[in-house]
Amino acid sequence: MALLEIRDVVKTFGDFTAVNHVSLSVEAGEFFTLLGPSGCGKTTLLRMLAGFEQPNSGQILLDGKDMSQVPPEKRPVHTVFQSYALFPHMTVAQNIAFPLQMAGVAKADIPARVAEVLEDVRLQQFAKRFPHELSGGQRQRVAIARALVNRPRLLLLDEPLSALDAKLREEMQLELINLQKEVGITFVYVTHDQGEALALSHRIAVMNKGEVAQLDAPETIYSYPKNRFVADFIGQCNLLDAKVVEVGGERMKVEIPGVGVCETLPVDGAQVGQSGTLTLRPEKIRLAASVAHDADEVHFTGKVHDCLYLGDVTIYIVELDNGTLVETMLPNSAPGRARFFDDNDAVELAWRYDAGHFLLG
Amino acid sequence: MKVSRWVWGAASLVYAFLYLPLAIVVVFSFNDSALNAEWVGFTLDWYKQLFHDDVMIEAASHTLAIGFVTCVVSTVLGTLAGYAMYKYRLRLLPVLVLTPIAIPEILTGVSLLIFFVMLNMTLGLVSITLSHIAFCIGFVAIVVRSRLQGMDESLVEAARDLGASPITAFRRITLPLIMPGIIAGALMAFTLSIDDFVISFFTAGVGSNTLPLEIYSRVKVPVKLNPEVNAISSLLMLLTLSLILIVSKVAPSALRAGGD
Repeated sequence: MALLEIRDVVKTFGDFTAVNHVSLSVEAGEFFTLLGPSGCGKTTLLRMLAGFEQPNSGQILLDGKDMSQVPPEKRPVHTVFQSYALFPHMTVAQNIAFPLQMAGVAKADIPARVAEVLEDVRLQQFAKRFPHELSGGQRQRVAIARALVNRPRLLLLDEPLSALDAKLREEMQLELINLQKEVGITFVYVTHDQGEALALSHRIAVMNKGEVAQLDAPETIYSYPKNRFVADFIGQCNLLDAKVVEVGGERMKVEIPGVGVCETLPVDGAQVGQSGTLTLRPEKIRLAASVAHDADEVHFTGKVHDCLYLGDVTIYIVELDNGTLVETMLPNSAPGRARFFDDNDAVELAWRYDAGHFLLG
Repeated sequence: MKVSRWVWGAASLVYAFLYLPLAIVVVFSFNDSALNAEWVGFTLDWYKQLFHDDVMIEAASHTLAIGFVTCVVSTVLGTLAGYAMYKYRLRLLPVLVLTPIAIPEILTGVSLLIFFVMLNMTLGLVSITLSHIAFCIGFVAIVVRSRLQGMDESLVEAARDLGASPITAFRRITLPLIMPGIIAGALMAFTLSIDDFVISFFTAGVGSNTLPLEIYSRVKVPVKLNPEVNAISSLLMLLTLSLILIVSKVAPSALRAGGD
């Protein structure tokens, strides 16, 4: 039995449907992420898990028990808030002791429990500080310690890293992964940052307009987006309009109008004449002045339209012969070299038949 | 940034206008002369006379008693009103609670007088106290509400999330955090009450003179006007200033209503 089961949950605010018939389940010990743009319903779903909002219909089951009539304080679920929500009038130790007091832990046992969890987040020497005396990263860790101290069945994290700068964020990501492994508590993590979701999660539910657009492991979501929304939202992706021209067999052929025919992986139910989108990640496209021919690859020619130097890589926007723009990238492996091509250089592109995949409709 | 001499000059004039009259009152309360005209010599006679002036002492005790009851009652009710305004976002409630602040005092005084007469109530300490409570609630409510609005809403949710019932969350989180606002509101209610003249004037009865009313009645009659009034005014000032000082020590943020 799954630890958490969300069954056909609907939540509306007036005319606005925030969560629209969402069903999913989370296994014990999983690091599960709800990912989506703002307004996609991920935070509303999280608030329903915490008990701050009630679904209009559907069920939320935790350990098989229906949570709908259970108020937030009675749920074995704790939340790490985006703003951390540390109590400003209490010290770090008092903040962490709060859930223990609420749970009726014997007074004598509290200091040891607090010390233990402070050690987990490496903040032993900060026990007597007040939240405003801590840095952003330290506050973050206190918030996590406070939410973990009485070992909830489920830990909810609402964009916990969004207030930190990029460097610290990466550090905290590693810390979160390790912490989750150590404590073995199930995490449900909400974020709009796809990089964060890919880095942290065992599984990701990509949400859009109140619905789950795709639920899969990070590498599946990235490599095989199920629809245009996911392809576009996760990472950079070329979306090329194309038409099915040949089906059957190991490979399917699609035609990109004005560019040519290329081979791709077959799609169930595809029929000749159907239109759709070929999704292609920039890093899966080979780019060179002249590319050696390979039977598994398709080749096109074009010219460099724009370059974006990003330090580790340079992005090249290549204009195909019919005017279609394709984004590609090359790592800047040669020392001191900012780019291999300049604007208007003639280049050749190639990608393997299984580099991208075709979305019908 | 360099402040120009003109700004300094103008500021000095404004501050002189604000504080010089107060300083003069204090200085002349120690003057060995019955006239507030020229400095003759130092004396504490006016203070001695004040402490033997039963009428003045009675008026002062009325004022303190009214101030105390007003402070307690309007702080409790005003806090509840402020919390309700914050929590329920009702449209009519703020209007009802805050209008008494905006209504001219003279109107409040007259209408309360008519009201008490209609009820056949004997005018006296009770009627004054009720009137003071009525206009102080709004002030307390406004301070408490702005304090609540400055509070991160997720704090209460976090408390609930971590296992606190709504009442425990209020007691352990909300109340301590809005305490500076409540103290500021209480201080405001007390000072508004002890120096209120207009409303007290209308709602006071025979034998229930408050300090401002007594001082006024003496200032009006030149024969009775002597530096004893200066002395009592100085004491009133001392009381107010020490209250502010105490609050600034106990709850520094109370004096910055609303903010942190």
